Amino acid sequence: MSVILLSFLVFSCGSRDDDTSGKHQNGQQVDLLGAGATFPAPLITAMADEYRDLTNNRVTLNYQSIGSGGGIRQFIEQTVMFGMSEAFLSDEVMNNIQQSTGGRAFNMPITLADVVPTYNIPGINSGLVFDGPLLADIYFGDITHWNDPKIAELNPEISLPNLLITVVHRSDGSGTTNVWTSYLSRVSDRWREQVGYATSVNWPAGIGGNGNEGVAGAVQNTIGAIGYNSLAYAFLNNMSYGSVVNAAGNVIRPSFAATSEAANIDLPEDTRILFTNTPAEYGYPIAGFAWMLIYENLNANNAISNRRIAEELIRFLIWSITDGQTLSESLGFARLPQAAVNRNMDMIRQLKWDGELIGQQVLAETSIGVSN
Amino acid sequence: MKTENDPNLTRDLLRRPPTAIYRWLGDRIFSILVVVLGMTIIFLALGMALVLYGEGAQALQLFGFFGFTRGTTWDPAVQLVFGALPFLFGTLTTSFSALLIALFPAIGVAIFSAEYAPRWLAAIIDNLVQLIAAIPSVVIGIWGIFVLAPWLRDSLYLPVFYWAEASSPWLLPILGNPMGYGMATATIVLSLMIVPYTTALTKEAIRSVPVAQREASHALGATRWEVIRMAVLPYARGGILGGAVLSLGRALGETMAVAMLIGNKNTLPFSIFGAGATMPSVIVNEFREAVGNLHLSSLMAIGFILFIIALIVNMLAAYITRKFSIRGGQLV
Repeated sequence: MSVILLSFLVFSCGSRDDDTSGKHQNGQQVDLLGAGATFPAPLITAMADEYRDLTNNRVTLNYQSIGSGGGIRQFIEQTVMFGMSEAFLSDEVMNNIQQSTGGRAFNMPITLADVVPTYNIPGINSGLVFDGPLLADIYFGDITHWNDPKIAELNPEISLPNLLITVVHRSDGSGTTNVWTSYLSRVSDRWREQVGYATSVNWPAGIGGNGNEGVAGAVQNTIGAIGYNSLAYAFLNNMSYGSVVNAAGNVIRPSFAATSEAANIDLPEDTRILFTNTPAEYGYPIAGFAWMLIYENLNANNAISNRRIAEELIRFLIWSITDGQTLSESLGFARLPQAAVNRNMDMIRQLKWDGELIGQQVLAETSIGVSN
Repeated sequence: MKTENDPNLTRDLLRRPPTAIYRWLGDRIFSILVVVLGMTIIFLALGMALVLYGEGAQALQLFGFFGFTRGTTWDPAVQLVFGALPFLFGTLTTSFSALLIALFPAIGVAIFSAEYAPRWLAAIIDNLVQLIAAIPSVVIGIWGIFVLAPWLRDSLYLPVFYWAEASSPWLLPILGNPMGYGMATATIVLSLMIVPYTTALTKEAIRSVPVAQREASHALGATRWEVIRMAVLPYARGGILGGAVLSLGRALGETMAVAMLIGNKNTLPFSIFGAGATMPSVIVNEFREAVGNLHLSSLMAIGFILFIIALIVNMLAAYITRKFSIRGGQLV
């Protein structure tokens, strides 16, 4: 199925290139430069390969996964055409950019991060049910044994062992931690006041593993451990992972579909939102966006030297949030929901070059070319 | 064949580049080149210190230098308060303990390979020691995560923990959670990693003991052990101690293996088996995704303090080597 889709894509885009080649000097090589978060890097890299093939090696994308913090800094210093971050830009940064470039900075969701509780309890497979307050209590170190009544209450059919809980968290700053702690902050007032949410926090309990693999290693090597990993990582490593009760009261088993569903809500115009503990009825509650950062006034970004490159960047952007999303599942990412795509399109329409709405122009020409 | 008074040689000498100005210029260019290259190192070190201080200045000014080094809270999310004491403590404890563990085995290996072992065995030992030094830190970290830490937990930490639980429960808070990733594991791995350095430097110091020193002792009827104890070790002690301090500097800066094994807990108190953190480990952990300016500045400030500590350690090593060295056959 995907092969058919893919070949269709190649065909349709190929024909578009032919149609418009005269108009846009398509023969010229363009190298798009981006930097930022490590989490979406596999997806962005795969998109880059795919897009290069689609454009017959004409448009290449150079993405450096240097971390969200680095991505934001490079974006502010205008050494890259777009940044990538798992945390949206703060109001302070947004205001600074507004002042220095005379336009906004857009945070465009490009993919989704989902975080699942993983554990190592002999004899118990995936599917142990958790809810928000329970996870907060465990990560505060207040619930110390797996046979605690609060866990048993949510899992009446499973006989839980009298086993010490070892809490494992990420030691490196990461978007995964940002999503996880943001969820705990939403469901527990105490967590919000004492620990809060960020890419790294002052953990009240547990030990830290470095990276997804560090947490996975510690969980798999320690009987009675609980950790948190991205869903794809838990899948790949055959880790047991739990289901989580969402805000609507439904027990949600983590899946890419449930993650997409979580973001299919009424999003604010600038999409700067953490939708952990989502109101979506069947959405998985521990998920968040990874954003592509881009200047509204593209000409104000020193990394973009001319209008043609800006247009190519917009073309890639449009492709990555629409057709490019087909690459998601095979790489362990959830697809962007329609709500997010719509918001992105609204933002793309406002992209300018010297005051001219080139985003709108590119979009108009693209929607004729790609017939979907 | 040329000899001293070979006329050809004289002719060759006379045939050197003709003018004196050429020779003078060549000397000048070479000395300028060497001086510039030499100064680069100094400017590089100064530049690094300056950049670290400049980037860390925001945190150091806000909390004060001593306030920052004494602060025990590291909270990048809610209070935005940063203090380096847990990391300072973790770094110093793990490094000094690692040196204590590593020093005597390393001296033993060095003495054996320098004095006792036949040449072929010494060569094998030296090569293996160098091999350990060449293993990348991250590989040692992975081996630690999957092999050493579980093994230490099952065969050392848990028995000690159960014994303490049964007989002296007051020890438990000092021992901490015996899950395998913590200060003890990090220290043991650190000591493994500095053994090659200590061994190599100790052996170098032993080798530099003059043969006459040894022969004199033998002539006086000393046994092999007495020669080592009374002639070799006292003579080499400056080099051995200096080498030990240099190894300490190496342990202070070790990053990846420690970050992978220490459990990364940013709040005091640390316990023996329980998780902790060091200055390099917190930097490598949090630097990439540090979004807040103050957070980043605090990490840089930690780097600056680490730089100062490394400087002190190196100066100390030089001082010890000089102070305890033997000159002119006399103990100083």
